[in-house]
Amino acid sequence: MMQFMLLFSRQGKLRLQKWYVAHQDKVKKKITRELITTILARKPKMCSFLEWKDCKIVYKRYASLYFCCAVEQEDNELLTLEIIHRYVELLDKYFGSVCELDIIFNFEKAYFILDELLVGGEIQETSKKNVLKAIAAQDVLQEVGNDDTYDI
Amino acid sequence: MNAESGFNPGLNMATIRQAINETIERVRMPTPTRLRDLIRQIRAAKTQAEERAVVNRECAYIRSTFREEDSVWRCRNIAKLFYIHMLGYPAHFGQLECLKLIASPKFTDKRIGYLGAMLLLDERQDVHLLITNCLKNDLNSPTQFVVGLALCTLGAIASPEMARDLAGEIEKLMKSPNAYIRKKAVLCAFRIIRRVPELMEIFLPATRSLLNEKNHGILITGVTLITEMCENSPDTLNHFKKIVPNLVRILKNLILAGYSPEHDVSGVSDPFLQVKILRLLRILGRNDPDASEAMNDILAQVATNTETSKNVGNTILYETVLTIMDIKSEGGLRVLAVNILGRFLLNNDKNIRYIALHTLLRTVHVDISAVQRHRSTILECLKDPDVTIRKRAMELSFALVNTQNIRAMAKELLIFLEKADPEFKAQCSSSMVNSAERYAPTIRWHLDTLLNILIAAGNYVRDDVVSSTIQIISSSPSNEQGVITVKLWESIQETLDNQPLLQVAVWCIGEFGDSLLYGDDLEFTLERPTESIVIELFNKLLCSNQVNMVSKQYALVSLTKLSTRLKAGQGEIKGIVEAFGSHLNVDLQQRGVEFSQLFGSYNHLRTSLLEKMPAMTITRMNGNTEGSGEVEPSNIKVTDEKSSTNGRSNTDTLLDLLGSGDDIIMSTTSSVIPSNTTNTVESNNLLDLLGDIDLSASTAPVIVSNNNNNLLSSPVTMSIFDDNENTNISDVSGVFSLNGDSNIPDNFDLGLDAMPQSPPTNAKIVTALDKNDLFVQLSMVNQSDYQQINMITTNNSKDTLEQYLFQAAVPKSFQLQMMSPSGSVLLPGGKITQEMRVKNNSSNAVLRMKLRISYLCNGNPVLEQCEVSEFGK
Repeated sequence: MMQFMLLFSRQGKLRLQKWYVAHQDKVKKKITRELITTILARKPKMCSFLEWKDCKIVYKRYASLYFCCAVEQEDNELLTLEIIHRYVELLDKYFGSVCELDIIFNFEKAYFILDELLVGGEIQETSKKNVLKAIAAQDVLQEVGNDDTYDI
Repeated sequence: MNAESGFNPGLNMATIRQAINETIERVRMPTPTRLRDLIRQIRAAKTQAEERAVVNRECAYIRSTFREEDSVWRCRNIAKLFYIHMLGYPAHFGQLECLKLIASPKFTDKRIGYLGAMLLLDERQDVHLLITNCLKNDLNSPTQFVVGLALCTLGAIASPEMARDLAGEIEKLMKSPNAYIRKKAVLCAFRIIRRVPELMEIFLPATRSLLNEKNHGILITGVTLITEMCENSPDTLNHFKKIVPNLVRILKNLILAGYSPEHDVSGVSDPFLQVKILRLLRILGRNDPDASEAMNDILAQVATNTETSKNVGNTILYETVLTIMDIKSEGGLRVLAVNILGRFLLNNDKNIRYIALHTLLRTVHVDISAVQRHRSTILECLKDPDVTIRKRAMELSFALVNTQNIRAMAKELLIFLEKADPEFKAQCSSSMVNSAERYAPTIRWHLDTLLNILIAAGNYVRDDVVSSTIQIISSSPSNEQGVITVKLWESIQETLDNQPLLQVAVWCIGEFGDSLLYGDDLEFTLERPTESIVIELFNKLLCSNQVNMVSKQYALVSLTKLSTRLKAGQGEIKGIVEAFGSHLNVDLQQRGVEFSQLFGSYNHLRTSLLEKMPAMTITRMNGNTEGSGEVEPSNIKVTDEKSSTNGRSNTDTLLDLLGSGDDIIMSTTSSVIPSNTTNTVESNNLLDLLGDIDLSASTAPVIVSNNNNNLLSSPVTMSIFDDNENTNISDVSGVFSLNGDSNIPDNFDLGLDAMPQSPPTNAKIVTALDKNDLFVQLSMVNQSDYQQINMITTNNSKDTLEQYLFQAAVPKSFQLQMMSPSGSVLLPGGKITQEMRVKNNSSNAVLRMKLRISYLCNGNPVLEQCEVSEFGK
């Protein structure tokens, strides 16, 4: 089960955080800071895995963004890389060649997409098409009451 | 005017009224900043202070809008709050507003509201009861996406209370005909079981049919749920054994079915589902020959047919290998699995190489010979630029060392050790010492390897390496002692920086200096050093700033010993030793003063006192030097030292006395030795110092305190110490008269009976256990180099407690030595005392102790465990 997923920039700015385990805000911040520092310090040629506390950290950089997940000992770290990749593909399809700015300005959409891919830290849907269909349908539902109060 | 009509076609008076209100409000209130405008503003801030100002202003505004009852802008304001929260600012004041959004009938509000619930709420929040009610409502919504939002939220933030309250709803939704809802409900069930395992029963009936579905979403969530259930209880595991054929069939279909664009990932059909199934098969096949048999074929198919050019293929192979190694699979299949890992080791992708090493380490115990075949590749990984890979390779290399390959492996590992990062050196050198001890082909090789380890690891070796090396040299044949002494002598010519090496070298030169200078049976052609060169080196290192105090202590003892090994040069040595009589360091000073007595009034004793040490019997201080980091009972060293007649049983303390002198440093108060202990370790030190003087006549209990080091001091030199608040010394020293015959022990008795036995005043006292009328107290006294902890157990009950056993464990960074207890039977009101010594190897560690106390009360065994951590620093 995935414990959490963090997206952060090369400058160390947090762009998205999804927690599947309960921690106090203070603890979350501490973990986030610690991992961002550790990962940014690693050289690009190094492997994508870290042993950290009783978890395995799996991370991968896409352009200026780092995707970082904590999974449990029994989880397959190579599969975690595939999950990250799947999420990137979904973002890319949704935004159309996604870039960091898309995620900054539409972070809520990025969360919605992740929530259609994973529930409770486990994969719920392995078909890209189904995920995007569900997101599109909900976006339509949102636009039905189309006036400016719905435009956040 | 009617914005609602699209979403809620059921037009009625209430919605019309709401729409009118909203319109009025929109006119009345200014439009708040939009989310993207706020993000722009924040990003435009040039300094942290500027950013904070923007955030504070916006937060203040958002707070003010919360006071409005029915703000139409709530959704927008909350969304802004999420962004502010992500930047690290507090945003918890928005929690209740999120709940209001969730309760709103509009989908946008719900979507943002649930997002907020997942972001801002954690399990500690008391708003949980409120959100549980919201979830309950929405789980019954007719709109599938509203149900979806509620399920997703429950999956992320389910607390045990929520899990209990909503398990029934989830079970209903697990049977929903709508796949979108069903898959989410299944994962919610997974989450609920995670939080509250006993809720599993509710979900069992609805679970099995999940595997009959075609929909991959339901299949993968179903497999995940079953995996969790199987790991949860052995009964459930047995219950699900019968699904093995179903799983095999699903897997087979995935592999054999042609290209399906929906689930294809680089030519592999749904790797996510394949991996989940393989993992479940592993759990079902573990220790079950029948189940394993049923999956052999499909595993072989997956292992041979999976495309390996991409990460996906390797992902599946990795999971397959784990399953093959874990279940009762056929031998041929295991070879296949290890070969896959062998190929992984050669892969260009670092991640794959890491996985290979990691998995080989897990499987090395299953089939070591299969892993051995890849030894050379593994050794190559020791040179990998990636530290994570090097670490794994090192661990795996040590797991592969055996009698056959020790020479070759040690050679490679030494090269690694030499170049390794400091963080590896300690672990690597200790592991090498262990391997060398277990597999050394010859003594010569063993000693040479230890020397090379000391050279390569430098100051990073752990303390135990020094003492165990000395022990091994001490118990070697004399010609080997001579050979290694010469090598050690050469090794310290270049530099004096390497303290552990220096300590071993100096000890050996002191013991075996005659072989170094005058040995004739050596196969060396080198020029032997002259006496004056050796003395000159000692002089140099005793004065050097590079050399630490412990090494100097070794050197001073060693130099004194050397005086009896040399033909001439006693005068020079005497001069150096006497010079230390006024050294600033109290320990060195004391040694200087005492040893110089051996050149003066007790000159006739010097030769016999400074004879070679008898061969030490090797006792492993620490069975577990591999850094597992855990405190296990096996780490406890219980030294059971009964009164020994020859006084030479404890080699470790012997070493201390002549080596670091840790035990004989002048301490402010003498240690308190329980009055009923017969022969404590210190007395061994003392007797050992006397070397070959026959003390076997001693049968009377001897009690000696730390002060025994004043054995050699005369009343004249005592005056130096009178200032050092060590009043006990004079009591003892006056009584001692050394005349070399065997009635010394009687004198000891005299001297020590006079010693005060009051408890030390600076002791910290901790109550470790106070239960069933058993009262265990620990009092700690800081000794110069270790912490002395005295355990006192008092039996306040009316029963006699028998077979009382007190055990303690400390974190790895400490060394624990336990003295023998004063007894094992506790009469009513009786006491048992036991002394422990704790040495701190890393300065910043805080002492914790795990205690285990067992005894028989009226014939019934009782076990108490507790932890003590209040010693402070």
